[in-house]
Amino acid sequence: MSVFVLRRLLTLLATLVGASLIIFLVLDALPGNAAQMLMGADASPDAVRALTVKLGLDQPLAVRYLQWIKGLVVGDLGNSYVYGTPVASLIAERLVLTIPLAILAMAITVTLALSAGIYTAANHNKLGDVGVMSLTQVGIALPNFWFAILLVLLFAVRLQWLSAGGFAGWEDGIWPGIKSLLLPAVSLAVVQAAILARVTRSAVLEVLREDFVRTARAKGLGKREVLWSHVLRNAMIPVMTVMGLQFANLLAGTIVIENVFYLPGLGRLIFQSIANRDLIVVRNCVMLLAAMVAIVNFVVDVLYAFIDPRIKVHDL
Amino acid sequence: MSDPLATAVGLPTAAPPARPATGFWRRALRHRSFVLGGVLVLAVIGSALLSLVWTPWSPYEIDIAAKLKPPSAAHWLGTDSFGRDIVSLLLAGARSTIMVGVIAVSIGLTFGVTLGLIGSAQRGWIEEIIMRFSDFTFAFPAVLSAIMLAAVVGPGMVTSIVAIGIFQIPTLTRLTRGSANAIWAREFVLAARAAGKGRFRITIEHVLPNILSILIVQVTIQFALAILAEAALSYLGLGTQPPQPSWGRMLNDAQMLLFQSPMLAVYPGAAIAIAVLGLNLLGDGLRDLLDPRLARER
Repeated sequence: MSVFVLRRLLTLLATLVGASLIIFLVLDALPGNAAQMLMGADASPDAVRALTVKLGLDQPLAVRYLQWIKGLVVGDLGNSYVYGTPVASLIAERLVLTIPLAILAMAITVTLALSAGIYTAANHNKLGDVGVMSLTQVGIALPNFWFAILLVLLFAVRLQWLSAGGFAGWEDGIWPGIKSLLLPAVSLAVVQAAILARVTRSAVLEVLREDFVRTARAKGLGKREVLWSHVLRNAMIPVMTVMGLQFANLLAGTIVIENVFYLPGLGRLIFQSIANRDLIVVRNCVMLLAAMVAIVNFVVDVLYAFIDPRIKVHDL
Repeated sequence: MSDPLATAVGLPTAAPPARPATGFWRRALRHRSFVLGGVLVLAVIGSALLSLVWTPWSPYEIDIAAKLKPPSAAHWLGTDSFGRDIVSLLLAGARSTIMVGVIAVSIGLTFGVTLGLIGSAQRGWIEEIIMRFSDFTFAFPAVLSAIMLAAVVGPGMVTSIVAIGIFQIPTLTRLTRGSANAIWAREFVLAARAAGKGRFRITIEHVLPNILSILIVQVTIQFALAILAEAALSYLGLGTQPPQPSWGRMLNDAQMLLFQSPMLAVYPGAAIAIAVLGLNLLGDGLRDLLDPRLARER
């Protein structure tokens, strides 16, 4: 067990280093000069030169990369080129919104997908199965930001139950905050749930064909008991793989959805930083998102080994 | 489209046996999702082609006097805030969508399939490097890579095409390598090696033809993903730039006017959904038609 986790941990580290190299090279080496971009094409060469030195951009590439990595490890991400405030606190302010949004969306995704997937598999080829599966086919085709706009049209413009955007914050208790994250979370979740429901359905159907299911039925267990105690645990492996990948999509999705609802989260911060050419903020935000994706996939892999003890044997 | 009988007994199927085309089409036209998907996709391609020669109004012509008109005989779906005809914008938008999709998927296909085939033919450290590389490019969804590119070179159609293309590579690399590995383990490849064929020749003559049907199915799915990504990027303003019409951009414009003209936000999204739904259904249909083994299992 520990060998498997250790090996997986090394892969995670390699992935993080690789991702940081790509991010650094794309954002720092390609554009030539961040100072020039900040000041515009017609800034005087002297002013650009001064800003370059001030931002530490005159140092060699390798030195700047190592400085950044050292900062990442100790939690000092440098100061924003535009606001002058520490990048770490800029990001922390935004995570208060983005993390609850992602968790809420994932919770809705899993609830919807597992119930739809298990229901359709249990009613294979019946009317309910065909109906729900057609719905998921449409769900997969929806762009999530369009679905978000449709939700705004229905709940904010027509029914006026919820606001069309903005974030109430957590100061007045949990409910106002959750309420303003509800539509964004649902719009993120529905498309993902459609995909996950299909994966769950086929995984459950696959396991239902196994011999041990027939054995369990033969020894007198009811259909329901077999489904809950024997089938689900075995069907969870592919479902969890997809869930891990979906969490990555969901994080990227927040960038778009936060813009639909004018939510001051990480996605909007990245977006504004691009508009401001604040490359140091962009770099750290992208790194954070990539790291979260890699860590989630790591956790999923380790969880596998707990759910299915056969996996670590294969990997050793 | 490999001959199931020949592959079942491990006969060499260097070139897929030429099956009478009518057989495929006869089965295809009876397949419900293939037909429905095909009709939707043809509708989108047709719109794009039609817009090259004719649109009811010019999608570029601004007529402030005629802004936000409701649907009428002159403007079937009304006009937007610049007085542009919605139908014309939708038709011309199909063009951008298809163009971005075709180029991005070609980038993904070229690099992804090549890397996957190399990884499968050269096991060992080359394979390891390729797969680890695809592991961490996997951590960058299209929106993220587009954002990095946009931060560096500025937003635009080329930025979004390249970003979406890069995002397609790891998926196609993994799929190609996985299915190519399965072919490399087959007896007819062993026979070809015994006959003295090199790795390159085996890859081109045996491996590639046998994974072609899997790739064709995946391409329809990747195309759908590319359309969704392009729409999201143009919606954010990182993709296709005005005045070039694009569905994502139209949604962005419409969002400002949700309270005045809600329907403006409905049409472009429906167009995107139709294109993606069509491709997904077509992909499902092709999978059933090209791989009879999978079809039986369903």
